Amino acid sequence: MSRTGIVVFLVVCVLFVVSWVVKAGTGDPEGHYIRDGFLVTFAAFLTLAIMSFMYKDNPYYKFAEHLFVGVSAAYWMCLAFWSTLVGNLVPRISERLSNAFMVPHQPGEYNFFFYIPVILGILLLMRLSPKGGWISRWPLAFIVGTTAGLNFVRYLRSDFINQINSTFLPLAVDWQGFGHFFSNLSLNATGQFVAMFGNCVIFFGVLCGVIYFFFSKEHTGWFGRASRVGIWVLMITFGASFGYTVMGRISLLVGRLTFLLRDWLGIAS
Amino acid sequence: MWNGHIWGMKVHNLGVILVLLVIGSGLLWLLARALRGKEVDRRVIFAFIFVSVAAPLLITMTFTFRATPIVEAVFDKIESLPPGSHVLISYDFDPAMAPEVQPMANVLTRHALVRNHKVIFMCLFATGQGQLNVTLRDVIAADFPDKLDGIDYVNLGYKAGNEGVLNVIVSDFKKMFPTDVNTVPFDSIELLDGIKSCKDLDLVISIGGGLPGLKEWILFVGDPGGVPTAGGVAAVVAPQLYPYYPRQLLGLLGGVKGAAEYESHFRERYPQFDDMPTPAIIMMGPQTIAHIVIMSFIVIGNILYFRERRKGRRV
Amino acid sequence: MRREIPLAITIFVGFLLIFSVFFPPVEDLGENFSLFFDIIAVFAFFLGGGNLVRIHGKKLLKRKPDWAFSIVTLVGFFLMLAAGLFKIGNPGDISSNVTAEGSLFAIMYDNIFKPLGATMYALLAFFVASASYRAFRAKNREATILLSAAFVILLGSTPLGALLTSWMPDSLSILEIPNLAVWILSSPNLAGQRAIIIGIGLGVVSMSLRLILGVERSYLGDEGA
Repeated sequence: MSRTGIVVFLVVCVLFVVSWVVKAGTGDPEGHYIRDGFLVTFAAFLTLAIMSFMYKDNPYYKFAEHLFVGVSAAYWMCLAFWSTLVGNLVPRISERLSNAFMVPHQPGEYNFFFYIPVILGILLLMRLSPKGGWISRWPLAFIVGTTAGLNFVRYLRSDFINQINSTFLPLAVDWQGFGHFFSNLSLNATGQFVAMFGNCVIFFGVLCGVIYFFFSKEHTGWFGRASRVGIWVLMITFGASFGYTVMGRISLLVGRLTFLLRDWLGIAS
Repeated sequence: MWNGHIWGMKVHNLGVILVLLVIGSGLLWLLARALRGKEVDRRVIFAFIFVSVAAPLLITMTFTFRATPIVEAVFDKIESLPPGSHVLISYDFDPAMAPEVQPMANVLTRHALVRNHKVIFMCLFATGQGQLNVTLRDVIAADFPDKLDGIDYVNLGYKAGNEGVLNVIVSDFKKMFPTDVNTVPFDSIELLDGIKSCKDLDLVISIGGGLPGLKEWILFVGDPGGVPTAGGVAAVVAPQLYPYYPRQLLGLLGGVKGAAEYESHFRERYPQFDDMPTPAIIMMGPQTIAHIVIMSFIVIGNILYFRERRKGRRV
Repeated sequence: MRREIPLAITIFVGFLLIFSVFFPPVEDLGENFSLFFDIIAVFAFFLGGGNLVRIHGKKLLKRKPDWAFSIVTLVGFFLMLAAGLFKIGNPGDISSNVTAEGSLFAIMYDNIFKPLGATMYALLAFFVASASYRAFRAKNREATILLSAAFVILLGSTPLGALLTSWMPDSLSILEIPNLAVWILSSPNLAGQRAIIIGIGLGVVSMSLRLILGVERSYLGDEGA
């Protein structure tokens, strides 16, 4: 480690201890104030360690990153174990195990077929073995088959049929004749013209967007012009997505800075 | 200290003027460099965004928002359901999305409980169970101490399997959730009396932004089961869900703005919650400043680009 | 056998789940298969954990670059695993909620997992800002349309948009920036997203059909060729 590295490490250690002492000192004297002081300080250290990546890659960032990988993998494993394996599988395959885990076992709940996912699950773990990897394709095939079977009908219904159905909107909204239409013509956000124009944009926008994605015909002539309009519609879509993405990312940063400034430093209300 | 209004915003001290001055002069400096054709180190940009988000947090800026129709639709649905209706709220998010969607989860729970609905909590993300603790602590324990677990609300917890979970509960709840998160058997939970599947629910709300999320709820529960489905999602995915509104999706809270609109609308309708925490409304302060900075970046960047392009043409 | 059995499993399970939608007598079997899928998903988590230990264990034993950080990963992993599996510090008994407040598992979640996960994504705000400055250029007509839409949405999602155009008369209210932002989202954005959704939907349906009919075999690896 370089001399600068050692100095930085010592400064970090000193700041950590100071923060711990200060946070413990301002904590609830009847609670776990030493522990809580440490935990807030550690959370702040991890937050700053990740943020230090903005300067450049460094050992503090690597420490935090590696810790995140380990902790998150274990978190998901534990939750899945208790909720699904113990909650859904154990009562169906063994009364004795149910009693050991203290999960209610209903008479008649035993189902021999629930050994199938256990066997397939164990076969999936064979992927860790250098020679038995091929057998892990059996559970993989089950997963692929289930996903394909589940998605086939749902996507066809919700993302194809229902979407097309929703596109056929009335292009004339509240139509009471040309006289009424022209006498009330305005750009009011809730007015008739805006509603009709919006529906036209949706109908022709979807049509042109789909034409743009249709690559089996050359994009020339009227087809090419429709495809061009499709690109413009898609550009507006991407612009809207960009705007919302900015909002989302800023929100996440606000969340972390709120933690640092309010929960840790106590300088924000 | 000075309290007053600037541009209709309630401002509690002069800090906001200071913040705008600092950021404004910084942007002018950036513009001057751009006009001279000089590049800026990326860390300067990072520092800019850090300051423009951090500084507004040190001052208090309060806004009121008018709910847009898509947000109002969710509010009106919860409002119109008769007391005792079953509302399911699914926590389908992780800490990374939490700053945006946790405020939605909290205010929706608060609204459902104040209307005396029966709230069923579940999660399709394992991390949702950890985030649910925040609602249980900050909303239920703090504002509704008289509401009882198993009678007014129930926590069914997390189940692994994403769409597989939804495919089961759309026709049989108990098969997927034989117990709640504390191992209380399904049949002993008073709140779940008469609930066989999702089809018996009056409203399903998914709070999330990843996969599985609101889209999967629409595809696997809302559409096949004819269950009214609404949601609150991270801003990144909100525009992608508009095609489902209003036929397949009842309403949507998109990003922190959607949450702020809902918080404003809720406070307006229920003045007794006037002093409730409104994290989304507070977040709109830094959000506004950051948006101005990012738009300025785009403008300055384009000035730089057009200057270079013109130079290139001359050469 | 290495190829035929997995193919048969995929075809059988896929068809059964499709039939379960149309034939109520098969519905129960379809639900059970979904439950099997959920249980196998748990083993997939175990596989992920096992793989993590294997990779970092190897890195540690072979003293590969940055091997010391693998100790951090392994310590974090096993500590969290022990806290969760043995419900250390949990106020209830073995049947209680694993994430109960006060347990070591919940403490580690709140003070390690949460700050790390949230900050990791919060960094993206910096990169979005940098990209706005360096890459977001009005180079041609399409890029200008994208930029204009983004501007309206950015302005419309803050109170500033309302302040700038609140003077507009009612007959021009669609031109108020917040209204314009709402209109963009609910009309042209909806149209564009719907075109994308229809395209993706068709892609998912055709890929599902290819898998179920055994035409698509790439998931079998070399054996499937």
